[in-house]
Amino acid sequence: MDQGSPSSAVRKGIEDRDQVVIRFAGDSGDGMQLTGDQFTRTTALMGNDIATFPDFPAEIRAPAGTLPGVSAFQLRFSSFDIHTPGDAPDVLVAMNPAALKVHLKELKKDGILILNTASFSALDLKKAKYEVDPRTDGTLAGWRLIEVDLEARTREALAETELDARSKDRCKNMYALGILYWMFHRDMAPTERAMAEKFKKKPDVVAANLMAMKAGYDYAETTEVFQTSYRVPPAHLPKGTYRNIMGNQALCLGLVAGAQRAGLELFLGSYPITPASDILHQLSTYKHLGVVTFQAEDEIAAVGAAIGASYAGSLGLTSTSGPGLALKSEAIGLAVMAELPLVVIDVQRAGPSTGMPTKTQQADLLQAMYGRNGESPVAVIAASTPADAFMVGFEAVRIAVQFMTPVIVLSDGYIANGSEPWLLPDTQALPTFAVEFAAPQSAGTKFEPYKRNPKTLARPWAKPGTPGLMHRIGGLEKQDVTGNISYDAENHQHMVDTRAQKVANIAFAVEPAVTLGEDHGDLLVLGWGSTRGAITSAVLQLQKDGHKVSACFLRWLNPLPQNLGDLLKRFRHVLLPELNKGQLCMMLRSRYLVDVESYSKVDGLPFKSHEITARLTECLASLKNKGGR
Amino acid sequence: MTTAARPVMQKKDYKSDQEIRWCPGCGDYAILNAVQSAFAKLGKQLHETVIISGIGCSSRFPYYMETYGFHTIHGRAPTIATGVKIANPALDVWVVTGDGDAMSIGGNHFIHALRRNVGLKVLMFNNRIYGLTKGQFSPTSEQGKVTKSSPLGSVDYPFHPIALALGAGATFIARGIDVFLPHLEEVITKVSSHTGTAFCEIYQNCNIFNDGAYKGITEKELRDDRVLYLEHGKPLLFGKDKDKGIAFDANFQPHIVTGAELSRAFVWDETAASPAPAMALANMSETDFPVPVGVFRRREMPAFETGIRDQITAAKQKKSQSLHELLRQGEIWDVG
Repeated sequence: MDQGSPSSAVRKGIEDRDQVVIRFAGDSGDGMQLTGDQFTRTTALMGNDIATFPDFPAEIRAPAGTLPGVSAFQLRFSSFDIHTPGDAPDVLVAMNPAALKVHLKELKKDGILILNTASFSALDLKKAKYEVDPRTDGTLAGWRLIEVDLEARTREALAETELDARSKDRCKNMYALGILYWMFHRDMAPTERAMAEKFKKKPDVVAANLMAMKAGYDYAETTEVFQTSYRVPPAHLPKGTYRNIMGNQALCLGLVAGAQRAGLELFLGSYPITPASDILHQLSTYKHLGVVTFQAEDEIAAVGAAIGASYAGSLGLTSTSGPGLALKSEAIGLAVMAELPLVVIDVQRAGPSTGMPTKTQQADLLQAMYGRNGESPVAVIAASTPADAFMVGFEAVRIAVQFMTPVIVLSDGYIANGSEPWLLPDTQALPTFAVEFAAPQSAGTKFEPYKRNPKTLARPWAKPGTPGLMHRIGGLEKQDVTGNISYDAENHQHMVDTRAQKVANIAFAVEPAVTLGEDHGDLLVLGWGSTRGAITSAVLQLQKDGHKVSACFLRWLNPLPQNLGDLLKRFRHVLLPELNKGQLCMMLRSRYLVDVESYSKVDGLPFKSHEITARLTECLASLKNKGGR
Repeated sequence: MTTAARPVMQKKDYKSDQEIRWCPGCGDYAILNAVQSAFAKLGKQLHETVIISGIGCSSRFPYYMETYGFHTIHGRAPTIATGVKIANPALDVWVVTGDGDAMSIGGNHFIHALRRNVGLKVLMFNNRIYGLTKGQFSPTSEQGKVTKSSPLGSVDYPFHPIALALGAGATFIARGIDVFLPHLEEVITKVSSHTGTAFCEIYQNCNIFNDGAYKGITEKELRDDRVLYLEHGKPLLFGKDKDKGIAFDANFQPHIVTGAELSRAFVWDETAASPAPAMALANMSETDFPVPVGVFRRREMPAFETGIRDQITAAKQKKSQSLHELLRQGEIWDVG
């Protein structure tokens, strides 16, 4: 490049890329989530495939400029089908020294580092625990550093506006966004529309934000600091209508769709908890669809009200995270005993106890499976990607009402807050499973609340208010058919067996396990929940390289697919990556007596695809050493 | 459904075919009797009535009523009942609970149901003991009570359930006693007619683990002097000849007035906006004063479920959206 050119005549290079990973990192108050979200929406609209990973602290505003206060948003966009938000970023935008310190080590070698130099005072450095300014001691060697004083530039850009200095400074993230929009040939119009909508009542704020964004764009275009821009052509996604969706959103939509197809009113009882609260927020905006939301006094009241609503003929739903699921255990047991439909959502986070509320984990599986007193089986289903959460919510409703059983839906923080383009389903094509409540009976006929459907073993759903069906249910053991209290030994054995068989019967009503790749071979990678993306990327790569590796993803964890036992036995080795200490692994080993190997990780972060690839490569090497069977 | 079209009900219609498993002589029988009798007079239809209970002796109640019934888990009956009432406000929803169930393990749900004013009728059988677990002190047991779990006497101070309900903002609060059947039946009738949460404490004798807990109030020769019947619009008088009254000083401290002072007896207004007089009665020392029974408070306030349903009705009128449109909300784009 010609370093001497006047800025108005800078000649800029353009490079084509098939994928880029960007990470925005700054203080919790710097608007990194909003910045990332805007880039995501724009990029989705421009036809790229995209996956995102917001990573933020549990504190709303940890002390400004400190390491615990750093909030980040990573996104990966591409011209091909992708399954994860990427491993190491190509571009890191660091808004302060703390963000630099936390995230620099993950930036790719030779990656682009856009550093906000406005906050590099001695105090800023001290808060970030830098003894020496990292710009001066070689810390940043090996990366392509671009220094911009975002605060000064933003204030300059907004000099003419009426806003106070503080409000102007708050637009600096938009200045950075403008720079990135230039670097990656993004269209500014979607953000213009979004900001106008978001700050509808504050036109001066909208104007300032957009002015800052355009100034950033122009700055990148005209100064010599930025030499190259990058084009990432659209991906060839399957034909259809798309929207960008986060896991919690998709889950809500799936539940609403399921309740509509069942012909039921959806009733959510919930108590705020990270990272599940957005489900309560979103469903509370669906009053026009007849969705009832009840913010209860605690987790137990939330599930209690949902059970009451189901008993009265609505679809009872409760949403929570691990600690809340623990509190709901006894009530879920009641729903098992009363054989009422109930959907319980657990958006898992890192535990135990309060743990790390904004970090992800899959360690509630055994709690969902077995965390109740007595023999208390429930159906368990897991969402694997943000978009997948739609069908998972839908299926949870279908099974809950068809089998008169609680269904626990496992999601996690990674799915809940991550996003991806979603190919919208044809709503006409969604199955219908209209609930038939028990019909009124004339006086003199005794209603039998536990007279079961011979095929599913589900009992009738008799709504209070229906003439002739008066009956009593409850937590005490009941005689089958009549529903009378019974402490009879044989009856209890029969009822325990029947409740278990009913849940086992769900396997006949759900799809069998399928493999990605051949259904037999050397190595099978099993996955459940949010590990799907990383496993898919790794397995596709290895398959391309000629390895005999297959993958299988379990949506239903209780019951397990009917064909799973056979499938496991058709592979020489089975590896199971999980963000826990091997919980599904334990279930499968005991159930099928297959030597499933656990690949466990519990650091609060999702698997990276290179981690899976590395582990699979080791497995393949060791299988090769062992020779054929 | 019009009143005229409703079948006439008899007390026996409410009796279920289940064998009653309370101890012989338990106060619960009397309460069951009073409820069935009141329900018959009110013409309650079996299929429109739902009785929800928690855990404890009292919570077996639903099994003995030929209505819809749900015997749930310890302390949580108000939560389940809240869900039922919101899901179908047309149902007549009753909660039957005890002092352990409502005041201890379910204390949180109890106060929040009252705060919200959910349309539930809550009958709390207060026997001041844990009966089903065989005799430990409860949150309403008097301090110093010697039980299996408090051999040297309990150290706990008790709750006054009526005061707790007042503090939680309940819109209807009453008290009855198991052995005063006609009065109890009358109180239950008033409970039934209230729109929001109606709370009724019922003094109930546990003849096995706390026998005679209310003997000093209910004994025939004592009761005239020991019981104060609250009557709306009438002065607070008690005694066989109504020759004693309760008056309050400027700080709402109660004292007994007699003779020439009797005209100073406080005129009871159960609909009073201020909870102060009711609170004063609720906290009156049981040893120094008669025990008030009847309606402490009755205020008309919209019920919780009505508020919820009104929002939904209004939202539906304002906006209609198909599933197809819902999924396509926000920014969408087409590929291919």
